[in-house]
Amino acid sequence: MTINELLRVEHLTMRFGGLVAISDLSFSAAQGEITAIIGPNGAGKTTVFNCLTGFYKPTVGRLTFTVQGKQPVYLERMDGFRIARAGIGRTFQNIRLFPAMSVLENLIVAQHNELMRASLFSVAGLLGLSRYYDAENEAIELAKKWLDRIGLISDADRQAGELPYGDQRRLEIARAMCSKPALLCLDEPAAGLNRNESGALNELLRDIRDTQGIGILLIEHDMSVVMNISDHIVVLDYGQKISDGFPTVVRHDPRVIRAYLGEEEDYDVDAVQPGLPC
Amino acid sequence: MTAVFTAFKEAGLASLVAFLLALPLIGFRTNTTGTGLNFEFRWEALVVSVVIVFVGRCVLTSTRGLWQQSRLHLPSFGYLRSVIDRRRVSFAVIVVLVALLFPFMPEVDRRAIDLATLVLIYVMLGWGLNIVVGLAGLLDLGYVAFYAVGAYTFALLGTVYDWSFWGCLPIAGAVAAMFGVLLGYPVLRLRGDYLAIVTLGFGEIIRVVLTNWVALSGGPNGIAGIPRPTLFGLEFTRRTREGHSFHEYFDLPFSGDHRITFLYYVILILALVTNVFVLRIRKLPIGRAWEALREDEIACRSLGINPVNTKLSAFALGAMFGGLAGAFFASRNGFISPESFTFIESAIILSIVVLGGMGSQIGIVLAAAALILLPEALREFSEYRMLVFGLAMVLVMLWRPRGLLAHRKPTLTLYPSGSRTLK
Ligand SMILES: Nc1ncnc2c1ncn2[C@@H]1O[C@H](COP(=O)(O)OP(=O)(O)OP(=O)(O)O)[C@@H](O)[C@H]1O
Ligand SMILES: [Mg+2]
Repeated sequence: MTINELLRVEHLTMRFGGLVAISDLSFSAAQGEITAIIGPNGAGKTTVFNCLTGFYKPTVGRLTFTVQGKQPVYLERMDGFRIARAGIGRTFQNIRLFPAMSVLENLIVAQHNELMRASLFSVAGLLGLSRYYDAENEAIELAKKWLDRIGLISDADRQAGELPYGDQRRLEIARAMCSKPALLCLDEPAAGLNRNESGALNELLRDIRDTQGIGILLIEHDMSVVMNISDHIVVLDYGQKISDGFPTVVRHDPRVIRAYLGEEEDYDVDAVQPGLPC
Repeated sequence: MTAVFTAFKEAGLASLVAFLLALPLIGFRTNTTGTGLNFEFRWEALVVSVVIVFVGRCVLTSTRGLWQQSRLHLPSFGYLRSVIDRRRVSFAVIVVLVALLFPFMPEVDRRAIDLATLVLIYVMLGWGLNIVVGLAGLLDLGYVAFYAVGAYTFALLGTVYDWSFWGCLPIAGAVAAMFGVLLGYPVLRLRGDYLAIVTLGFGEIIRVVLTNWVALSGGPNGIAGIPRPTLFGLEFTRRTREGHSFHEYFDLPFSGDHRITFLYYVILILALVTNVFVLRIRKLPIGRAWEALREDEIACRSLGINPVNTKLSAFALGAMFGGLAGAFFASRNGFISPESFTFIESAIILSIVVLGGMGSQIGIVLAAAALILLPEALREFSEYRMLVFGLAMVLVMLWRPRGLLAHRKPTLTLYPSGSRTLK
């Protein structure tokens, strides 16, 4: 157990009718670390995220989320938007931006709750009180900082839906970061990126981990990304955890190799071309 | 060769359809004679209409390529748009100035002012519904219910308790907003089509209740003798009980035009307040959250936005403006009955929003003017009125499928428009 454990998942089970998408999964994620969840298609990775962020109600399980200096909260029966307020930000496997809104607006909407409070639920905003404008300017500054970081500052006023795919992926991460989460959940952020973009993404994630002091939970298909940047890996197969530990340990775990490539026991993960999805 | 063949084939099919439709619609005419009704078979008219369809279809098919090329160069509002964008403020000022001076312009008579008042009621309703449909993306087919609630609230308070228009106006708005919350709370979990059907039902329920609850609403007979708005207590009647009438106070000869003009200014102010409110709130967090919800509700939840409360606020505010417009409508007419609040009203208001270009304030003014004035102008051809109306709608939707002035301006920008250097 790490001292600064952020998230603890215990005995998580999710059934859809007869289908058991996750069965008895337990793991934990720590602050200041990148925890990767990997596994073949349909292993249940996205379902774990959906349980964590309140989009599915788990059949069984306890999900404890503890931000440093605050009371633990139990996510399994909370509404999605309350979980977000408690400090879990996420991105989606199939990008979900606000396509008709501008890039900047996407990042401002992410700061909705703070701005709403500053505008006294719109009253101060309608009256044009300076207290609201100060908060709005702060929000814009934060958005600018992230736009700079992901290299989209010159596209700030463009429609988010017009951006190229790779930029949309990064914008979604920046948007999640603007909601100031303590735990950032990324669902296959490298999917569909070329090798340059994928490299830049690694840099960005490491940078977020090191400078923001938050925990990152990362679903990834791309082995090269996972092995490179994660501090801790959880491997799922058919909804069950088959391995859990440091990347160096997991990559040589025979059960992992079998799950990824059938029975070829002598397969070495290093042989896989970086950038190729497994 | 094959092109000619397909053209003829299509034209043949079209004229067959035209024939089948025209046979009962155009082919027969009933005449009243001394002894009763008889049928007249108008085969010439039938042939003429089929030939028109055949030739028209041939021309359309053979010029299709041309049409598609020219489509790009068809007049669009691009030019107007750029003018509006470049001097947005001055354009808005001009529109408001014209509206302010309208009653004093030459050639503007009582009837014109009255019509302009009617248009402004719909502009206000359009701007109110725009919050719900254009910004929050909730399809509301029963908006007229809130209009009715506002109208009846004022009509009852005004006739039973003799309360004044200005005192009742906020109450009417608040009651309508409350109805918005009451309806919204259970139904806003529904999406798209389901929401549309439930709101449609709600609109009808309100009308049916008003028709049948005779003790409260007077049933189909409606409520008459609703008080008129006053100017700081001055009435617009020839003689008043206390001798406080507008013309006496200002030593003017009595004229019915004063009241018409006054009503025009009242609705102009109400509409402008609505407009300023919508423009401002769009740039506040709540307004951006509405638009974000319209774009992607799941993403909103992942950012900590409470979808139910946010939608409810849009619904309630939209309802409030409907209620305010309703109170004005009751006061202007002096008489209301459930007949004024049928589904067709909801449909017209929704058409104004859709036609104007969802979310565009000035587009709604244009659409309201077109939808209200066109039927008036076509009064002489009243037989064909709905036909022309429908045709115009279809053409606009073909030509500008996203509405006359659909163009979204960001609520905040980093750069002055068109450039990429920081402000
Ligand atoms: N809402 C749902 N209803 C029914 N079955 C579901 C639902 N969501 C997921 N599943 C099933 O749960 C299993 C796990 O799906 P999940 O999307 O979590 O996989 P994944 O690991 O994210 O796969 P991928 O790598 O393809 O994204 C699949 O068999 C899927 O069909
Ligand atoms: Mg997935």
